[in-house]
This record gives sequence, C-alpha cells and structure tokens, in this order.
Amino acid sequence: MDDDDRVFKALADPTRRFLLDRLFLRDGRTLTELEAELAMSRFGVMKHLRVLESAGLVVTRRSGREKLHYLNPVPIRLIHDRWIDKFTERQVSALADLKSELEQQA
Amino acid sequence: MTSTIELRTTTQVYRVYIKATPQAVWDAITKPEWTAKYGYGGLAEYDMRPGGAFVIRAGAATKAFPSVPDIIVDGEVIEADPPRKLVQTWRMLMDAEMAAEGFTRLTHEIEQIQEGVTRLTVIHELEGAPKLAVVTSGGAERQGAGGGWPWVLSDLKSLLETGARLAG
Repeated sequence: MDDDDRVFKALADPTRRFLLDRLFLRDGRTLTELEAELAMSRFGVMKHLRVLESAGLVVTRRSGREKLHYLNPVPIRLIHDRWIDKFTERQVSALADLKSELEQQA
Repeated sequence: MTSTIELRTTTQVYRVYIKATPQAVWDAITKPEWTAKYGYGGLAEYDMRPGGAFVIRAGAATKAFPSVPDIIVDGEVIEADPPRKLVQTWRMLMDAEMAAEGFTRLTHEIEQIQEGVTRLTVIHELEGAPKLAVVTSGGAERQGAGGGWPWVLSDLKSLLETGARLAG
C-alpha cells in the first residue's frame, strides 16, 4: 500500500472522519478525551487512531505523562496538490477552450 | 465567511515524509537560496547559534506588494543541532495585528527514517497568537494568505523530490 492508499483507506470510515473532525475543532487531545466522545470501547478508538497515525493523518507527541493526538492535514494537502488541482485545472482550461470556440463561432 | 473560524488549539503539529537526505531538508529550511523557491518564497537568514538572529526577508513574489515590509518574519534561534533539530522564536511582521501577538515558538525536527527518506515534523506553538494560528493552519487561504504550513510542506516536498515546485 502506498501513502495515498493509506490516506484514502483511513478516510473511508465515519468513525475516523469523526475523530479528525474532533481534532480539527480542538487539537492535541488524549485518548481518554477522544474516547469520551464516542460510544466505543477504548480499544476500538485506539485501533482507529492507529490507522489514522499510520496514514500520517494523526501525529502523536508526548507531553509529560500524556500522549497527545494532533491532526496532520499535510497528507490531505499532498493529495489535493497532486490530484485535485490537476483535474480542476483541466476543467478550467476546458471551459476556457469552449469559451474561445463559442466566441469564434459568434 | 471563514472569519468565524476559531482555532482553540495553541500548538499545531505538521509532518511530511520527503525522499531526500536530512541535510537537504535542513538546507531547504535554513538557506535563502532554497527558501526563495517554495511556499511564501521569503529569504530566510539565520545566525545559527543560541540567541542568534533570524529573519525572513520578503522574496520576489511578496515584494510586489508595496505595503510589504522588507523583513516579514523575525525571531531568535533557541537551539540548533544541524541537520536534526532547530528550535526558534518566530513573529509574523506582515500584519500589524499578528505582529502584536508577539513571538511564537517553532521547532523543526528532521529524522532519517530509512535510507533516502527523511521525516520532517514542524511544531508551531501558537499560544496567544490566534490570528497567526489561522494563517499557519491554512485557514485564511481564501483571503489570499496562502495555505499555511500544509501548503509550505507540500511545496517543499515537491521541490526536493522533483526539483520543481507545485503549479500555482
């Protein structure tokens, strides 16, 4: 599995997207904090966090005794910059071509 | 519309894996001939010792705006361990309100995780700098403030791996 595969796989799950949304609102949370927002066992939440971490979407840092979870949007940005931009660029240029073609006909 | 974005976070952590040596990544962060080529394109200058001065001068792209000062970011080196770790203070001067938020703390951690692959982690401690935090997170991109760290790091990866920056 390459990096992009891991990101898409990690995002293809509502619980993991929920966890990312929670971290977006307030970053640097502990497992206990995140677990409190989900009707799921601690082990289940840990498993989801591990998938997010291996996809690079969550980065953990130690702060004293606590392990804090941070949202890392860079992998999504990489996909955006390499894929989404490429396709939207083509759409825009296709529209520009269409415009000049129609204007020539007029 | 996005003015309602409020980040309650005070520390932001960003990580990217780059197919390059730690030294190449270090140079790309600390040398003006490299920093001119990606992200905001400013020219970084470091006096690489604890207490040494740090500035980013406006690059070609930002200089085009008449209101942009020559020095757009300033700060001081706290810890320099090339090519592994750089800890410094960092204050944005392009905007009066952000400048008034004062110095933030920025750490770059550079680790080789396998032959030819380097992991770069950026930790930006933004206590007391909520306006800057929106910009560094990329939350002000639609207002023309660039895509913050996610954009800078994506562009840096592209530059070091392909020799070319991202389009646009």
